[in-house]
Amino acid sequence: MTFYRADLHIHTALSPCAGEEMTPPRIVAAALMAGLQLIAVTDHNSAGNIAAVQEAARGTGLIVFAGLEVQTREDVHLVCLFNSAAEALEWQSIVYQRLPAEENREEYFGCQLLLDAAGREIGREKRLLLTSVDMGLEEVVREVSGRGGVCIPAHVDRPSYGLLGHLGLIPEGLPFAAMELGLLYPDEALKQFPTLAGWPLTIASDAHYLKDIGRRVTIFDFVEEINLKSLHQSLRRQQFKVVVGQRDNFR
Amino acid sequence: MRLREIVERLHLQVLAGEKALDREVTGGYCSDLISDFMANGTPGCLWLTLQTHMNVVAVALLTGAAGVVFTGGRGIPPEVCRKAEAEGLPLLQTPHSTFEMAGRLYQLLNEK
Repeated sequence: MTFYRADLHIHTALSPCAGEEMTPPRIVAAALMAGLQLIAVTDHNSAGNIAAVQEAARGTGLIVFAGLEVQTREDVHLVCLFNSAAEALEWQSIVYQRLPAEENREEYFGCQLLLDAAGREIGREKRLLLTSVDMGLEEVVREVSGRGGVCIPAHVDRPSYGLLGHLGLIPEGLPFAAMELGLLYPDEALKQFPTLAGWPLTIASDAHYLKDIGRRVTIFDFVEEINLKSLHQSLRRQQFKVVVGQRDNFR
Repeated sequence: MRLREIVERLHLQVLAGEKALDREVTGGYCSDLISDFMANGTPGCLWLTLQTHMNVVAVALLTGAAGVVFTGGRGIPPEVCRKAEAEGLPLLQTPHSTFEMAGRLYQLLNEK
C-alpha cells in the first residue's frame, strides 16, 4: 500500500490560457514543492508538451501521466489520460483532424508554446486549441477508452465547460473513471448535484499558473505499480481521498 | 397556439413525435446549456437549441416542454430521434439561426 499525492489536471504554456511561466522544469519544481508525487499534464486538445515535462521530471521521483483536456462538441471539458506520451500523441492526431482549421490569434487567446525539457521555446502551435473538436462526448469517451485511456469529466461542478452545467445530467452507460470537482468538495457537491452520487469524486487544481499547482490534491492508495490501470482500480475501489493542498495556505 | 400550426407556418421539419403535434405551445425558451433549460424551461414551452445531445430529450421530457426545435441545421444523431419518437416528444429542425427562429416564434405567439 503506497499513498501518492496527485494533481491530475495541470496545463503548460501550450494552453493559450495558461501562464508562460508554465514550463516543464518550473512545473516539476512547483509540483515537488507542493509535495506532489504524481501529476498529469493536460493541455487543451494537445499533447505537445507532455514528453518535455516527463523528461524534466526524470530523476526527481515525480511521476507524470500523459493527458489532454479535450473539449467536445457540447463544449464539455474531458480530461483524457493515456499510458504514455506516445499514445497521447496518437490521440492528438485524431483530435487535430477534428479541430476546425483555424489559426490561433495570440492577441485574443494567448500564445501556445511548445517547450523542451529545459523550458526553452522550440515552436508555437499554430492551430487554435481553445475550441471544440467535432466529436460528441460519447464518441470521445468510447475512442479514448478503446485506446486504453481513461476519461474523467473536468470540473463537473463549474457552470462553464463542465458536464453538469452543459448537459444537466450524466449520460448513462459511459465508462467514465471518475468525476473531477473544480469548485466544491465532495460532500458539498453531492448536496448540490445529487446526480453525482455513486461516482468516484476527485479533485485537481486545473492549474494555469505555478501558484495553483497542488492547490487541490487527491491522495491515491495504489496497490500495484503506478500506472493508469492502478489509477482506475483505485478509483473504482474508492481507495483515494481528496484534500486541500498545502498551497491553499499561501492564499 | 397548437404546435402543428407553428410547424406549418415556420416551415419546421418534423424529426420525431408527429403524433404529439396537437399539443398547445405556451411560449419559448432559447438555451444551449441543458442545465439552464432544466432550471428555466416551463411546461408547454418550445425549446430552441443548437445542442443535439441525447440529454436534450431527457430534459425536455422532465420539463414538460411541448417540443424541441434544433436550430442552425446541425446533424441530429439518429438515436436522439429514436428516443424522442419512443417517448412521443416532438423534435423539429430548421436551418435558420436561433435568433431568427426565436424572433419569428415570438411574433407568431403574440399575434392578435
